[in-house]
Amino acid sequence: MSIVVFIEVADKEIRGSSFEAVGYGAELAKMTNSTAVALVLGNEASAEQIAKIGNYGISKVLHAQDSRLDVGNIQAYSHAVVQALDKENATILVYAKSSLGDAIAARVAVQKKASLAANVLELPDLSDGFAVKKAVFTGKAFQYVTLTSENKILAVKKGAFAMTPSQDSANVESFSPQLAESDFAVKITKTDKVTGELLLPEADLVVSGGRGLKGPENWGVILDLAKALNAATGCSKPVSDLDWRPHHEHVGQTGVKVSPNLYIAVGISGAIQHLAGVSSSKCIVVINKDAEAPFFKAADYGIVGDAFDILPKLIKALKG
Amino acid sequence: MKILVCITCVPDTTSKISFINDNAELNKAGLQYIIGPYDDYALARAVELKEQIPGTTVTALNVGLAVNDQVIRKALAIGADDAIRIDAEPTDSYFVANQIAEIAKQNGYDLILMGRESTDYNGGQVHGMVGQMLNIPSLSPVMKLEISGNVATLAREIEGGKEYMEANLPLVLGCQEPIAEWKIPNMKGIMSSRTKPLLVISPTNLETLTKSELYELPAARSGCKFIAADQAETLIDLLRNEAKVI
Repeated sequence: MSIVVFIEVADKEIRGSSFEAVGYGAELAKMTNSTAVALVLGNEASAEQIAKIGNYGISKVLHAQDSRLDVGNIQAYSHAVVQALDKENATILVYAKSSLGDAIAARVAVQKKASLAANVLELPDLSDGFAVKKAVFTGKAFQYVTLTSENKILAVKKGAFAMTPSQDSANVESFSPQLAESDFAVKITKTDKVTGELLLPEADLVVSGGRGLKGPENWGVILDLAKALNAATGCSKPVSDLDWRPHHEHVGQTGVKVSPNLYIAVGISGAIQHLAGVSSSKCIVVINKDAEAPFFKAADYGIVGDAFDILPKLIKALKG
Repeated sequence: MKILVCITCVPDTTSKISFINDNAELNKAGLQYIIGPYDDYALARAVELKEQIPGTTVTALNVGLAVNDQVIRKALAIGADDAIRIDAEPTDSYFVANQIAEIAKQNGYDLILMGRESTDYNGGQVHGMVGQMLNIPSLSPVMKLEISGNVATLAREIEGGKEYMEANLPLVLGCQEPIAEWKIPNMKGIMSSRTKPLLVISPTNLETLTKSELYELPAARSGCKFIAADQAETLIDLLRNEAKVI
């Protein structure tokens, strides 16, 4: 028996959450007395990046150096993943929960008739079957689910399985999945990507702004604080609805769900839909003029006051 | 063109979640059910396409019990022509996807739309599973969709940007904002929804691949430590040395 961990590459780098999935897969392999293998598709990730997989506990990497896989084509990726599972005699697929990962895993689940659990938070309990704890209701609750099929797919939630990297390395083995023309029926015509910006779903630190900032022209303080912290920026739903900030920054129940170490909310009142998207953050700081803002009830630290006075003080303290 | 829009019926996004029966079951008492917010975007886009492309029909599909009928009627009020309810508890993604695929095989749709994920179990799997079961492409999360003849032009949200693509119908798409604006039913829509057909049929394949055991609520945060605004800079020290997050 073995375990395959699907690696996602974004902006030429392996995503931090994929390294967490590697760590999860390596620990699961120890628990189940099996081996874990990582799978990298396409030529976007450098050899140095791929070697880092070893730092997180997996020593064998299958690498499909097929340039048709440089972009995340869902059909082709799902067939490549199924072939990797078959090649390794694997019964478990692990990946970091993401929109691309989900789209691929669902198709793999049908091909392998696999039980699938999304937003997995911990290693499974194997005392009576294979039970996992997962986040449901957009972080408002947890559910324990038994996976009853022989084949299983686990989508690990970001931040649930952080680990300290070692110096261990990984051996890379070439892998050539057989892909048909029909796997590329969807033509990707263009990709618009903000480069050099920290990706919100991956970020360990997030600074978010809400309607309390009064307008997009006032976002400078948010961006400056984010820069001083090396944090990603987010926003509330009204802010992205008003086009003050791009849609991919919208944090909440119908936007990006984040689970950073630190979430700083500035001028966000804390509607339950927003809280659902941030509730698994380790530490929450709320800065709001309104002492009655419901967000303070979900916060670890709070400052009641004017963001335009407070944020420059924080930036100064960080730089000092 | 024939469009199938699959909708989930989920607790209103403002709902407080609790459990009964020794935490084995969701406490549905007092919960207000709505069309899944992401499904609502898919439905709105389907109704817009129906207005643009003559001869287009929109069928709403839900897998759920009779209590969902009032939510399904809302989909009809928004502009679906007819609706189908598979009379079964939607136990897991695989079960739901099987029901949808079966209806799609029988009726043949050019476009199968649904939300990128349900807001209750957040799996985000059903569109991909249906695509695989029908052996047609599936894409998600789709934030822009135009149809011209047999060709769909669309944009997918990727982390930190967008990916544009082209594909021939039929397709299965998981949708999200801003593919369309949510539609609020008007009086004419509400009146007509009462007489539009809502077909109730039994599930075909009862197989599930997961079993729910227990639920748990997250531990409450220990409380908020307030810092005076004129000493805001001390926050940085607390984050460094107390919370140890920076």
